[in-house]
Amino acid sequence: MRGRQAALIVRIAVLASLIVLLEIACRIGLIDPLTVIPPSDMVSSMVDQIGSGELNASIATTFSTIVLAFVLAVIGGTAAGALIHRLPRLRAVADPLLASYYSVPTFIFYPLLVALLGLGQAPLVVLGVLSAAPAVVISTLSGFDSVAPVLMKLARVHRLTPARTLAWIVLPAALPHLFTGFKLALSYALIGVIAGEFILSGTGLGYAISFAYQSFDNRTMYGVMLFVLLVAVVANGVLYVWEGRLARRRSRG
Amino acid sequence: MSGLSLENDQPKLTSRRRVRAFDTIVLVLVMLSLWQVVGSWTQGVAVSPPLQTLVYLFGLLQTSMFWDHAVATLQAFLLAFVLSALMGLALGLIFGARRFAGEVAEPILAGFYTIPKVTLYPVVLLLFGLGMSAKVAFGVMHGLVPMTLFTLGAVRNLPPVLVRTARVLRLSPLRTMRWVLVPACLPDIVNGLRISFSLSLLGVLIGEMFSSQRGLGFLLVNGMAQHNVPLSTAIVTVIVAVAIAANTLMLRVGRRFGRPDA
Amino acid sequence: MNGESHVSLREVVRLYDGPPAVQALGPINLEIYRGEFLSMVGPSGCGKSTLLDVVSGLARPTSGSVRFEGRELHGKVPDGVGVVFQEDSSMPWLSVRDNVAFSLRTSGLPKNEIADRVDHAIRFMGLAQFAGHYPAQLSGGMRQRVCIARTLVLRPRLILLDEPFGALDQQTRLLMGDELLRLWRETGATVLLITHALDEAAMLSDRVGVMSARPGRFIDLVETEWPRDRDSRVISDPKFGALTGRLWSPLREESLKAMGRAA
Repeated sequence: MRGRQAALIVRIAVLASLIVLLEIACRIGLIDPLTVIPPSDMVSSMVDQIGSGELNASIATTFSTIVLAFVLAVIGGTAAGALIHRLPRLRAVADPLLASYYSVPTFIFYPLLVALLGLGQAPLVVLGVLSAAPAVVISTLSGFDSVAPVLMKLARVHRLTPARTLAWIVLPAALPHLFTGFKLALSYALIGVIAGEFILSGTGLGYAISFAYQSFDNRTMYGVMLFVLLVAVVANGVLYVWEGRLARRRSRG
Repeated sequence: MSGLSLENDQPKLTSRRRVRAFDTIVLVLVMLSLWQVVGSWTQGVAVSPPLQTLVYLFGLLQTSMFWDHAVATLQAFLLAFVLSALMGLALGLIFGARRFAGEVAEPILAGFYTIPKVTLYPVVLLLFGLGMSAKVAFGVMHGLVPMTLFTLGAVRNLPPVLVRTARVLRLSPLRTMRWVLVPACLPDIVNGLRISFSLSLLGVLIGEMFSSQRGLGFLLVNGMAQHNVPLSTAIVTVIVAVAIAANTLMLRVGRRFGRPDA
Repeated sequence: MNGESHVSLREVVRLYDGPPAVQALGPINLEIYRGEFLSMVGPSGCGKSTLLDVVSGLARPTSGSVRFEGRELHGKVPDGVGVVFQEDSSMPWLSVRDNVAFSLRTSGLPKNEIADRVDHAIRFMGLAQFAGHYPAQLSGGMRQRVCIARTLVLRPRLILLDEPFGALDQQTRLLMGDELLRLWRETGATVLLITHALDEAAMLSDRVGVMSARPGRFIDLVETEWPRDRDSRVISDPKFGALTGRLWSPLREESLKAMGRAA
């Protein structure tokens, strides 16, 4: 336990000193303010923009897109995973596909999606789902695989219906794997949506960054950037801690 | 299992392989038909149908314009991949071997992995300007961290007895790494290379898509801007084919280096 | 021992699909009497677990019939049967109490009755201190006790156990055997115990069946004539040695046969 705490302290110290170094380097002019602005300015820019409410529309758009993509990916991915698990022939064909899926840069489909669905939330949601769903499918498959056969026998001894077997035995047993999939899904959906907004969109936080960049408005740009990074770190961090707690309860033995 | 002879397993294996091949062909046909449907339903405005794409691609592969761009992408990608691989390997070995440093660094690296790196692109552009070095930087930004994490994991999971053996034989740190650590970690390292490959490619392509006048990524976005749908679809097809081929190849190579019982 | 027949097997055969088709069990003819403690021993791979699957209704016999309380089983587990598996079947995501209560989720019983039964079962198996713990925090022996408590709470009339103590050390096994006897006496259930441990079978049971190598058939059925009120201390009874010896000679031959085939 002490080792872990020590690592945490050192980690915070390292990050803090890097930020302080950056701050100093910017202030004394070592780094051109046209390139990078001091971290303190980044923070105040972020606080100002959020406080004034000028980011509200972008935040609402981006968050709603991400959440929608995430929910669709989780529901669709889990259902697809459950179905593929049930049908061995389908699985034999799907496995190599899933193994290769993430080697293809999903993002290259984005322009085609925009051509297909227009410039708006729809192609972003689809991009988010395309990025996130396969991770859910893969972890659902490994989760269902991990259910000990003895538990399926138990379900039959208790004469549980298939629906109850799924709800009371399979899903709880597979939960750690499923949760990892959800964690990845959020991460990929967030990345996909922000990237899409950045490259080719008219609204949202990604677009706000891109627009500020092209308007040479570094201050605004860094403020929004900081906000997006913080949201990403916090959201993923929360799920990571949750995942750890889940795993710890089940495997201390 | 007693009672089952090997000869009796052969007919079962071949028929299973036949079923697999059949199913795969069916799947490919289904995907092609979906492609065809989407293509013709939108009247080629979004995606051009498979046959048209193939014909166009065939013609495209014979132009020097295409190869100019392809080479530009290839150059940037190779540089980015090699840099990511070497730096990732070095960092991973260090962080894996030095326990405490590894413990400090790993969450930071894992955290970086989950950040939408595209938000940092403007910073890269401001630092490197437009051009090849920015593209390479993007590629490294995406490919470095997974390589480091995989290598770190591989080293950390090394059976301690191997390291102890190296110490008993009084091997220098460099030799320990070369003769003991790296060979033992090879399967995970190959996996890391495979992931880093895909991600470096992704980084370079995205960089080209919004900040370059050369490369396949640029061709893709340019094709879209000019409503040259067959071009865009053809580029996507090329990228997908190359990515899958490379990934499959690396999976096979990985298996050869892998554990004998895998 | 004679009494009312509880489970009746006639010409039961069980094949596994091929090719080639493997005959795992049979033909088996057996009457299991109500309230008796019957053990089954046999060499590895003889089909002991298959027999348990068939008796419980988890597997359907390829031919022949299995009757439980007069009714024929058709591959479904009937009401009143409890099974304790060889592998740990405790659910890692539920506490000990919730694990035990799991059995009664579909019972339709009122909540307070469920709570009563669960508390009783937990106390009976000596788990009261650990009711709020999770299986990961318990030893292997305790996890098996959780599984037994979970079976107990159903008040089954037939309890089937498939090498439940296989993973435990000898002392723990002997004590668990005593627990099992206590359970048997308190519930008045019929108990069928599959085990590879001869001494366990010899000391716990009213009758011991010896199975042949695959395909498993009965080659001997021995009555122990122990009093109902017994525990592991019957080890010191001179009859115990003779019993064990009587079980070992046919079993030894069959085990050699099974090993020869596997070699």
